[in-house]
Parts: sequence; structure tokens; C-alpha cells
Amino acid sequence: MADVLVCIKRVPDVAGEVLLTPDAQAVDARYVGFTVSAHENCAVELAERIATATGGTATVLTLGPEAAVEQLRAALAVGCAAAVHIDADPVGYGPVDVVREIAAVVETHAAEGRTHDLILLGNDAADTGDFQVGVRLAYALGRPVVNGVRTIEVDGGVATARGDGPDGVETFAVPLPAVATVLEGGVEPRYPSVVGRMKAKKIPIETVAPRHEPRGPGRVRLTLPPAQPSTVEVLGSGPDAAPSVVDLLQRMGVTR
Amino acid sequence: MILTLVQTDGGGATEVSLEAVTFARTLAKRTGGPVHALVIGPLPQELVDQLAGYGVTEVHHATGEAFSAYGGAAWAAAVQAVVAAADPDAVVAPGSPRGLEVMAHLAARLDVPMAANVVGLGEGDGQDDGEGGTGALRLVRQVMGGAALEEMLLPRRPAVLTVAGHAVEAEQVPPVPAAVREFSPEVAEADLVTRVVSTEPAEPDLSGALTSARVVVGAGRGAGGADGFGHVAELAELLGGALGVSRVVTSMGWRPHHEQIGQTGSRISPELYIACGISGAIQHWAGCASSKTILAVNTDENAPMVTKATYAVIGDMHEVVPAINAEIRRRRG
Ligand SMILES: Cc1cc2nc3c(=O)[nH]c(=O)nc-3n(C[C@H](O)[C@H](O)[C@H](O)COP(=O)(O)OP(=O)(O)OC[C@H]3O[C@@H](n4cnc5c(N)ncnc54)[C@H](O)[C@@H]3O)c2cc1C
Ligand SMILES: Nc1ncnc2c1ncn2[C@@H]1O[C@H](COP(=O)(O)O)[C@@H](O)[C@H]1O
Repeated sequence: MADVLVCIKRVPDVAGEVLLTPDAQAVDARYVGFTVSAHENCAVELAERIATATGGTATVLTLGPEAAVEQLRAALAVGCAAAVHIDADPVGYGPVDVVREIAAVVETHAAEGRTHDLILLGNDAADTGDFQVGVRLAYALGRPVVNGVRTIEVDGGVATARGDGPDGVETFAVPLPAVATVLEGGVEPRYPSVVGRMKAKKIPIETVAPRHEPRGPGRVRLTLPPAQPSTVEVLGSGPDAAPSVVDLLQRMGVTR
Repeated sequence: MILTLVQTDGGGATEVSLEAVTFARTLAKRTGGPVHALVIGPLPQELVDQLAGYGVTEVHHATGEAFSAYGGAAWAAAVQAVVAAADPDAVVAPGSPRGLEVMAHLAARLDVPMAANVVGLGEGDGQDDGEGGTGALRLVRQVMGGAALEEMLLPRRPAVLTVAGHAVEAEQVPPVPAAVREFSPEVAEADLVTRVVSTEPAEPDLSGALTSARVVVGAGRGAGGADGFGHVAELAELLGGALGVSRVVTSMGWRPHHEQIGQTGSRISPELYIACGISGAIQHWAGCASSKTILAVNTDENAPMVTKATYAVIGDMHEVVPAINAEIRRRRG
């Protein structure tokens, strides 16, 4: 009966041109939607699988604005049984601040008799890419942590995780309670069913206020890399371009 | 002193480690003092000489049973031991998964901020802070997979950071022989539980082939379906390269995830990337921006992949790629 907590972050779903807010502190998401990192979608899927396999539960958590409830509902729709919303604007939060708030929720739940045996996070958030919240959270809670895993299973008091290392697929075996950060690619996140969506709407969300004044991310400002004028040389159109392409390949020495 | 964590592979220090050492020299100029390296695992003399060629004056060499298998916490304990003994101004690691992991552990253990994927010093860094010092380290780092940059302050010593892969070019200096300092740090039992238990050697076609390939042939939604990769795979084979794909392709289940290029896939840096039927979303670009030359094959001349590429062919990949394959075979006779 594993109790899994999975942490997700609402981020702008930019695919094309990035725009910044006038104060240069965040990405301007007025013209795009929102999403969570692909890594976190896999973490949600893994949480759900572990909950099902062990007869336990998966709880989703985010620190974000009120609108981040959208991302919590999406996770509830694919099988999380409970959701926690730390209501705060993450723009002013550094990784240390986010960790303090998540740790406070985990400790409060533990005091209420609900220990989150395993906490899953993404390897890195899609926007700020700090690559550290999972590790710092483990230290804040005094737990072991494994990073960048693609699959994780729980059997009794041990989590067995696998990920790609420089020399092949590495296996870790960590005693619970533990923390793990997930990379995309080990599991295929499921799509929400209609029934799942309906159920998700009815699950109450535990909303908590942040406990600490954030120290901030140390950000001076965001900038955009200078736009490079297009210098593309069009070699041709359709199959007729093949000889010019192969000329290029030969010039580059990648074919005889 | 600036301390750099160096990772090794069969050929000595990894390229990204040499890039990190090169950036450490930039920092050393700013703070004064030498560049040291930390190596965990075998340290042949060739590696010491190689590092000296990049400006390292002292190599700290951690040995002991604690490092017989990789573990982020155990490695961080080794870095922390050097920090305690040698008091560096900054600790720098390559922007590789392990570099990022070990620095996150170190930052948590030292309770200092960490900057991931740094690309350079910020404007105005090192200016007098009015208190007789040169103030916080002002760095620029990649966010959103490199689609945006963040100027960030690291106010406390040591500054802990990783250098984004291929953001800095590894540059040699006239070598001065480097000293080696052997040490065998105490590693707490708690730091050993998260070490690798076992490693299964990867299949030769797993992402290692992709990240080290000289030529990568990529295919995206334009492939049209799971059976639409025959010609691109053939082109990759003709050029002795690897096949890579976009996230749409892996999400659709057309190809396995280890072939994915991008922010949540592999980062490639080949001589030539031939991107077929890929629009060039920022998350894809994050994984291929370090390619020396890009040839885009796309029906849409306004696709970002086309406008950012070095060369392009406008057309249907299902017609263009077979024609290229046929032309290569014809010329080979
Ligand atoms: C958090 C996050 C992480 C992500 N990580 C990644 C990642 O790691 N890697 C990644 O790739 N994406 C990633 N994405 C997704 C990314 O935003 C894009 O959705 C994706 O890259 C688009 O794939 P595509 O170019 O194949 O498809 P599309 O954007 O649909 O583009 C298809 C292109 O093919 C062209 N085309 C169509 N038919 C043909 C034809 N017959 N011949 C030639 N050209 C044709 C079209 O003109 C178009 O340019 C991520 C997104 C998010 C939000
Ligand atoms: N505001 C947040 N709310 C919930 N989880 C978060 C938040 N920020 C970061 N995380 C988690 O920590 C992971 C790593 O984030 P980062 O260290 O910021 O790159 C993310 O993938 C999330 O799982």
C-alpha cells in the first residue's frame, strides 16, 4: 500500500516564439496555453501505476497560481486520488522556496498520519529548468533520492528504479520513504477517459497557503537570445533537389 | 580557486567536462586563483596531462570503496570534502545528467543556491558592489531548454553551477604539469544507499549512438505513421549516421523514446543534422541547436526548422529522401 506524492508545475506551453513579460521576470503566456513537463506526465503515470500495483494512493501537488488547479485536475483525471494546491505565484519562488513549501505539506500530512512513502518529481521543470527541486526536497526531508529514472516499482519497503547511465541501464534500490525524479521515456502517460474527467471534477482540492516568505530565485531578468536572421540556402524543391543535396553531402565529406 | 568536477569515459575527460574546465578558467580570471579538478575513479597519467592542457594546476583524486559504483550523494560527499579542505570560490560541473545531479546534492548539502546550465558571465559581473567586494557572481544560464536566458545572481560562496553542454568551446592552454592530490573521503552510510546496484550494457542503438553520431537523420510528424521511417532510416544507414525523431513521433508510438531529440530527449551535436518533416518547435530545437550544419526537408518553407537551418529542400520528405538515397547509390556505382 504505497502512498505516492507526485509534484507537477504549471508552465507556459510555448512551441514557437517566446515572449517575455514587461518586467522580464517570466515568460508571457497570454497567447499560449499551459502544460506541465513531459517528465512530470510520466511521473504522474508512474505514481498511478505504483498506487494501483500496491493498492495504495497517488496524490498530486503543485505550487502555483489559482489557475494551476487545471493541471491538478488533469492529473486527477488520469488516476490521482487527491490533490494539494499550494497557492502561490512561482515566479517569485526559487527552488529552495518551492522545496520549503512542499516539505511543509509533506510534514503536515505525516503529522496527520499520512506518510508519503515515495515522492516523485520531474527531473527538471520545463520553464526554469533548475534541475534541483527533487534533490533538495530529499535533503529537506532527510530521505534518499535517485535522479533521472525512467521506471520505478515499489515492493514492500523498497523502490526499484531504472534509468539510463553513461554505460547502460542502471538499477537503483532505495529504502522507503524516498524521493525520485523522473525522465520521460519509461512509460506512456495515459489519456484521461470521460469517466476519469467527470470523477476528477468532484474530488476536493486541498488548498494551502505558503508558510514562508520566499527568498526568491536570484533572477535579475530573463532575456531572449538575439534573433538570428535566416541565412538558409534553399537547395531546391522536391526530388529534383537530390543532386544538389548529394553535392553538399560530398563537400561535407559524409558520403563518397 | 575554482574546482571543476571532471567526468571521464574511455577516451579521458568527456568533452563537456573540458568545456566546464574552460569555463572555470573564465571564472578563475574573475576571482583570481587557479583551476583545480576533481576526478572520481581511475586517474591515469594521460588524464592528468590532458587536464593540465586545459589549465588545471591540481587534480584532486578521490578513491575508495564508496566510489566503486556511481551514486549522486557519494560523489557529492567527495566534492564536499574538497570544498572543506580547499575552500574554492566556485564549484563547476559539466551540464551532463551526473554533473547536474552531483551539483544539486552539493548545493543542498552546503545550503547555497545552484545555477544550472550556465552559458557565460552576465553583463556587469564583477563590478564593485559598494562594499569593497566585487559582489555576487552574475551568470547567464539557459532556461526553457535554451529558448530563453536568465541572468542570475549567486551571492554565496562557493558558487555552485553547471555549464550547459556545447555553450562554451573547450580550449587548450600551454600546459604546466599538474599536481595530483590523492584523498579518500569518509562517506556516510546514508550517502551510499542510492548508489547504482547494477548496470546492463546498453544496446548499441540506444541513445549513445545518437548523441555521438557525426550525422543524424531526423524525422517528425511528416513521416506520417509508424511505417513512414524506411527512407530516413536508409539515409541514416547510407551516411553511417543515426536516426532521431521528434516528440510527436514518440508520443504516437511510431518510434521508441530513446530516439527522441529535444528538451526531454537527447541533445545531439553532429556535423550534419538532416531534419525531415520536423517543424522546429523550441523543445526540439533545444536538442539539435548544437548541430554544426542543419539541412531541413519540409513542405513548409516558413517552418522554423527551415528558416533556422543552414540548408533546406522544400518538398515532401517521402519524395525527397528516396531521391537523395537513389542519388547517393547512383554515385557510389
Ligand atoms: C514540456 C515539453 C517538452 C517537449 N519536449 C520535446 C522534445 O524533447 N522533443 C521534441 O521534438 N518535441 C518536444 N516537445 C514537443 C514540441 O513542442 C513539438 O510539439 C514537437 O517537437 C513537434 O513535432 P514535429 O515537428 O514532428 O511535428 P509538427 O510540429 O506537427 O511539425 C510537422 C512538420 O512536418 C512538416 N511536414 C508535414 N508533412 C510533411 C511531408 N510529407 N514532408 C515534409 N514535411 C512535412 C510540416 O510542415 C511541419 O513543419 C515538448 C513539448 C513540451 C510542452
Ligand atoms: N512550483 C512547483 N510545484 C510543484 N512541483 C514543482 C514546482 N517547481 C518544481 N517542481 C518539481 O520539481 C521538478 C524539478 O524542478 P526544477 O528543479 O525547478 O527544474 C519539476 O519537474 C517538478 O516536478
